[in-house]
Amino acid sequence: MEEWLYIRTEVYPALLKGFWVSLELIIPSALCGLIIGIIVGVLRVYGSRPVMAAANTYVALFRGIPLIVQLFIWYFGLPGIGIYLSPFAASVLGFSLCSGAYHSEYIRGALLSIKRGQMLAAQSLGFNKVQMIFSIILPQAIRRALPGCGNEIVYLIKYSSLAYMITCIELTGQGKILASNSFKYTEIFLMIGVCYLVMTSVAALILGRLEERLRLPGFEHDRI
Amino acid sequence: MAGRPQLMRPSIFCEFCKRMPESLIAIGDALPYLLQGALVTLTVVIGAMALGLILGIPLAVGQVYGHPAFRRAIGLYVWFFRGIPLLAFLFLFYFGLCTALDINLSAFTVAIIVLGLISSAYQSQIFRGAILSLSEGQFRAARALGMSDLKAISFIVLPQALRLSIPAWSNEYSILLKDSAVTYALGVAEIMARAHFVATRTYQQLPLYFTAGVIFLLLTWAGTKGLRILEERVRIPGYTTHGM
Repeated sequence: MEEWLYIRTEVYPALLKGFWVSLELIIPSALCGLIIGIIVGVLRVYGSRPVMAAANTYVALFRGIPLIVQLFIWYFGLPGIGIYLSPFAASVLGFSLCSGAYHSEYIRGALLSIKRGQMLAAQSLGFNKVQMIFSIILPQAIRRALPGCGNEIVYLIKYSSLAYMITCIELTGQGKILASNSFKYTEIFLMIGVCYLVMTSVAALILGRLEERLRLPGFEHDRI
Repeated sequence: MAGRPQLMRPSIFCEFCKRMPESLIAIGDALPYLLQGALVTLTVVIGAMALGLILGIPLAVGQVYGHPAFRRAIGLYVWFFRGIPLLAFLFLFYFGLCTALDINLSAFTVAIIVLGLISSAYQSQIFRGAILSLSEGQFRAARALGMSDLKAISFIVLPQALRLSIPAWSNEYSILLKDSAVTYALGVAEIMARAHFVATRTYQQLPLYFTAGVIFLLLTWAGTKGLRILEERVRIPGYTTHGM
């Protein structure tokens, strides 16, 4: 009975608060990451040579350096040159830039997988390059990149727990505080684990639905 | 000029240049200490990969050839270990289970076990994909030659499947390497922990974390290169994916 009371009065509100902070971290980061990924992906395929090189360097750096090191650079490192970010802002910045680099890989792969005929057809219809990319190639490429990008979003949900390391108190952070107060580490971290499992499973389900919804009949992978 | 981004403000740039020599000295002083951390990181990563391999192969074989109930159980295992963040697992094992069950494990051991368990879930999917990509004729031919299921799997299917999974496996290496930085949360003395330790004493955060990042980049690069060489070395001529 006492335990139940503890769960209802202490654990539940704290975890709920943490859950919302987690969502506030994940949703903007996922959207920004996707936008960065699409822009960088397009630049890596269709950009001029220096732009392409710059985009490739960005991707290599942000995929090669662990996310936690990146977060530490944004939060603890930037004040060294006079830029101060809040833990929340630093987390969103770090997540967006990192997942943008990964998204750009999927987008790039998808762009390259679109057959040349599509481009030639667009050109013969009088589209210029920008129109061709944005109204012919990208809509197809994004559909193809969706499984990979969806995976990346699921990863982002899991990696959002790293925000705790730079003192942004989200779900894991709330759990850590609760657990160090009550010494019930096993129970509380199992609860946290279940929360994340639900989040990742729901996200995977939604992304699967989205894929289904966006599918164009006749434009499946092997047909074009 | 009004629209210039703040990052380019000259005062910040000047300050950066002024602090340059100081930063370089800090990096130079910390480098041997950080490189010792690289050894710890590599030990954790190699240990976790080995554990993941040992657990991942039977899981993959079970998921492809096993009883339906068995397959479901493995699916559940994979879903569980892939759906929960590493940090939550580390806390759960180190602060939770180890205390609750009264097992005395060092942070280092827990890091290897947790990373290994998570990696086993991912690696099992890599191997499963590789096994499924082999043509079924291979298994049937082995059975026709009188091999038992176990023999056919371990002498015919796995040697080919493991070769096919090396590219994905090198991906797993780079993921594990990056994830191993998170074990800093438990106090494992790897690169990140050491960089943070030095940074909090010298106040040279930016250069030190950057150095840590560069060490990780180099380790990723070296590991992927090494695995590519391994892939070349163990390749059987004529047994490429197209050949089968």
